[in-house]
Amino acid sequence: MALLEVKDLKVHFPIRGGIFNTVVDQVKAVDGVNFSIEPGQTYGLVGESGSGKTTTGRAVIGLNKITSGDVLFEGHNLAKGGRKSHLNVRKDIQMIFQDPYSSLNPKKRVADIVAEPLRNFEKLTKKEERVRVEELMELVGLSTEAIFKYPHEFSGGQRQRIGIARAIALKPKLIIADEPVSALDVSVQAQVLNFMQEIQKELGLTYLFISHDLGIVRHICDHIGIMYKGRYVEQGASEDIFTNPQHIYTKRLVSAIPDLDPNRRESLTVKRQQAKKDFDELSDKFFDEEGLPYPLKPISDSHLVALPEKG
Amino acid sequence: MKIKNLTTSFRVLDDYYAAVDNVTLTVNKNEVLAIVGESGSGKSALAFSIMGLHNRAKIEGTLDFKGQNIAKYSQGKLNKLRGKEMAMIFQDSLSALNPLMIVGAQIDEALLLHNSSMSKKDRKVRVIDFLSKVGIPRPEKTYEQYPHELSGGMRQRVVIAMAIANQPELLIADEPTTALDVTIQAQILDLIKDLKDDMRAGIILITHDLGVVAEMADRVAVMYAGQIVEIADVYSLFSSPQHPYTRSLLNSLPNSAETKTKLHVIQGVVPPLHKMPREGCRFRHRIPWIDESSHEENPELHEIKPGHFVRCTCYKDFYFPDKHKEASGNGAT
Repeated sequence: MALLEVKDLKVHFPIRGGIFNTVVDQVKAVDGVNFSIEPGQTYGLVGESGSGKTTTGRAVIGLNKITSGDVLFEGHNLAKGGRKSHLNVRKDIQMIFQDPYSSLNPKKRVADIVAEPLRNFEKLTKKEERVRVEELMELVGLSTEAIFKYPHEFSGGQRQRIGIARAIALKPKLIIADEPVSALDVSVQAQVLNFMQEIQKELGLTYLFISHDLGIVRHICDHIGIMYKGRYVEQGASEDIFTNPQHIYTKRLVSAIPDLDPNRRESLTVKRQQAKKDFDELSDKFFDEEGLPYPLKPISDSHLVALPEKG
Repeated sequence: MKIKNLTTSFRVLDDYYAAVDNVTLTVNKNEVLAIVGESGSGKSALAFSIMGLHNRAKIEGTLDFKGQNIAKYSQGKLNKLRGKEMAMIFQDSLSALNPLMIVGAQIDEALLLHNSSMSKKDRKVRVIDFLSKVGIPRPEKTYEQYPHELSGGMRQRVVIAMAIANQPELLIADEPTTALDVTIQAQILDLIKDLKDDMRAGIILITHDLGVVAEMADRVAVMYAGQIVEIADVYSLFSSPQHPYTRSLLNSLPNSAETKTKLHVIQGVVPPLHKMPREGCRFRHRIPWIDESSHEENPELHEIKPGHFVRCTCYKDFYFPDKHKEASGNGAT
């Protein structure tokens, strides 16, 4: 059974206006998204800014109100009922944020930051709590003395590890990682990515990995969903997306990844311009009247593409 | 543009520390020179020094721009140069533009400052011309718009239009695409390439993204801790990188050929300005498995091939520790 199943998820934000501040329109940030993640896998959610990938992640963890649709986590429907009714499930889902500088409270010591989820969900004595926090610090590769320091005393990579320590404190099953490395330098990025893969194996974690960096997504994800304007344009195994992209938008994204071989740059530029031309010319065919992608259709067992009704 | 022994020092606790340490570089016409490095390597400090935008820093060395040493220029004299013969594209286009002025007027201002004789009508024609040159679909409409009405990619185009309005001979682009989406990034990079061919200007491209470098640059300078550790043309740098830092950086990127493997991690962190080791090879603390004797006492740039310079002799003995050691050694503490 899938660990997380998202069915026809919609998140709409109202636009208010007029004299009475009534709802005049809706922003359809997420407009009918379906996906499921098997335990132990890494699912990549890719898209440009404004495509709704972050909103989807936040809706799953309950930071955004869900307009309609179902979010099934081990059979519990998180979209129904109030926040309280899912308290036990909530602790199984944790989040790693993009910016390690603003996601840690600067006034708190690391010990308190990491212990906060423990204090919320588990009743531990001070001593037990301390032992747990020290274990966690060791797990993320930081020294146990570090727990008395404040966030500003750490480098970006170390802060992201503290964020991860906080996220894994309650032994969650699913971690939503929203651009966890995009604020970091390449060498630090490598550090955090390696580490995320390590603890995934160790703790049997499942990741929902939200990113716009296709190079990283290719490196770490098993399955990938590509979002455009709140909808999916393509979904499939990592291989399907990168070696056999079908939708014009996916093709364009894949061709925009810079290559590290300067000898290939001419051919890449040609390919990229071709992809852009195709995108501009064929967008009538691949998108409906409102410029939105069509519903997904399977083209193989693992690969779904948003193709128009015919052809 | 020739930069010779440039040192930019900042004051930290009553002492001056060099963020850019004795950098010597040349940028030729019609060439893209990329400067790569992590945050804290001094690459942006270098760019700001060239433009004379550092007020409080102490700048030593010479900045030879078309035969004149502009390092000694007063701000007033620099103002005549900046925007006209040298221009800069900033990373964050939203804060580089005035939110209270329409876009057209801001580009117009750049034109007016250096061509006071041009009539208002002519300038408007020119501005619209530049806006369409940077690929803005409806330049007449964009002329009247405010920065917040434009998307990130469009704003960056406006900033570029502003920078090239006076057809500068030297263009400095400080992380021009970092804040943008990949598809937009590709478009902006193509645009800068076209402009280079058009204007035959020298471009200094500052970035941390090696993919962008491979796409754009003619020559590459790799900076670490304020020093240049390797300079080469882009083909030799990517096919045979020499300095341990360059090699480690290239190795830490996810590779499309092998997924789900461990990435290389550079041990430790870039030291903060006031704790920077000033003697010996600055990278030695991050490759402790290399024997001390392979480093030079006063590392200098060695020309190993025509045009390919590497600092310090440690590159000869450098190797990557095996995968097992790497896994245990990636702690940052």
